[in-house]
Amino acid sequence: MVDYINILLKGVFIENMIFAYFLGMCSYLAVSKTVKTAAGLGAAVIFVLGVTVPVNWLLENYVLKEGALSWLGAEYAEVDLSFLSFIMFIAVIASIVQLVEMLVEKFAPALYGALGIFLPLIAVNCSILGGALFMQERQYSTIGEATTFGIGSGIGWFLAIVAIAAIREKIKYSKVPAPMRGLGITFVITGLMGIAFMSFSGINLGGGEDEDTDVKTDQVTNVIDADTDQND
Amino acid sequence: MSEKVKAPREPLFSKKNKRLITEPLDDNNPVTIQVLGICSALAITVSVKQALVMTASVFFVLALGNVIISMMRNLIPSRIRIIVQLVVVASLVIIVNEILKAFLPDMAEQLSVFVGLIITNCIIMGRFEAFAMANKPWPSFLDAIGNTLGYGIVLVLVSIIREIFGAGKIFDIPLFGDRIEKTGLYKIGYLDNNFIILAPFALFAVGIIIWVQRARNKALIEDH
Repeated sequence: MVDYINILLKGVFIENMIFAYFLGMCSYLAVSKTVKTAAGLGAAVIFVLGVTVPVNWLLENYVLKEGALSWLGAEYAEVDLSFLSFIMFIAVIASIVQLVEMLVEKFAPALYGALGIFLPLIAVNCSILGGALFMQERQYSTIGEATTFGIGSGIGWFLAIVAIAAIREKIKYSKVPAPMRGLGITFVITGLMGIAFMSFSGINLGGGEDEDTDVKTDQVTNVIDADTDQND
Repeated sequence: MSEKVKAPREPLFSKKNKRLITEPLDDNNPVTIQVLGICSALAITVSVKQALVMTASVFFVLALGNVIISMMRNLIPSRIRIIVQLVVVASLVIIVNEILKAFLPDMAEQLSVFVGLIITNCIIMGRFEAFAMANKPWPSFLDAIGNTLGYGIVLVLVSIIREIFGAGKIFDIPLFGDRIEKTGLYKIGYLDNNFIILAPFALFAVGIIIWVQRARNKALIEDH
């Protein structure tokens, strides 16, 4: 249980998609002018991440990974299809987004009207593919962990876009230097929020065995740190 | 009296075609004006080398993809065009990924998931939708060159700032003397600012670039 909470909190705060990895920045910047639309897109991202990450986990573990095809018989045990993972993941994401769009249109027309244009946009939101690729890289051991990670990152993304939308609504009343208006100041605010979110790093809710996985998970952060480490 | 004049064959580098290359460099920059492809522009700008490898990869995918999509533009049914485009991009990115893994394994490790994320880089889908679907292969190719250059300029600028002030190096050549023996600037007491290597500074750096660009060209200023 502690593991699941750990993964969830990590996804929301410590390894926040926006502030730690800059994933999904394009839609984050484009759709954060009002809180209402931002919250709609955020909810859709939580949902799509929560569905596509476990589906891609199944694909990764039973089709793509080295030896994943061993359930077909001993002669397939050596097959490694992982080079196909990009095209498979994006196909899964595109079709699930299409499916979700059709289902929502059929059963919840009101929600469809509210989300309308954002749903198809999600297929090319990097945070969705990023979620699948991080899942592959971090090698979560059960489908439950993968789902938790997906939903956690989705919530983190939701939090980030709603917060920036709220700030952008208020910033209309401030005197921002003219060339900084709009995009520039949004970048700077996101940077400041990123600094705030960095204060969450290092939190570990226990489960001492976690340290081993930590090393694997922080690939990107390590790259950044590695440079610093060499110099010290 | 309207005579139908057969349009003369356009020279390869006509004024219109040259504009395709020069416009995305400043007035229509994909990163700072169109707000596309931000994720990778921010995440892999820790060193200039990374930025250059990423720009080269994006150029390969965008140029080939633009030409391919442009050649197929009359064959693609508009309802499934997104999926066709995604398949083209994904196949090209797989090629890039395998090449990087084979020839630059260290670099592939450092770029980690961001090579895969070229697939969802909005510049590529954006150019396919906005340009390649409506234009011939040669202008599409030039358009790819222009947009990659515009993207690369921002990437290189940000990474130069970050590498010099964050790590005190450029292309892995130390600039300010020896940190451990304390020579050069380090002797005076200069310290590398490790904050600049961290993620949030990339956002500030792009913000500053946007500031400078819009201060120079007042037409680009937004309302809010």
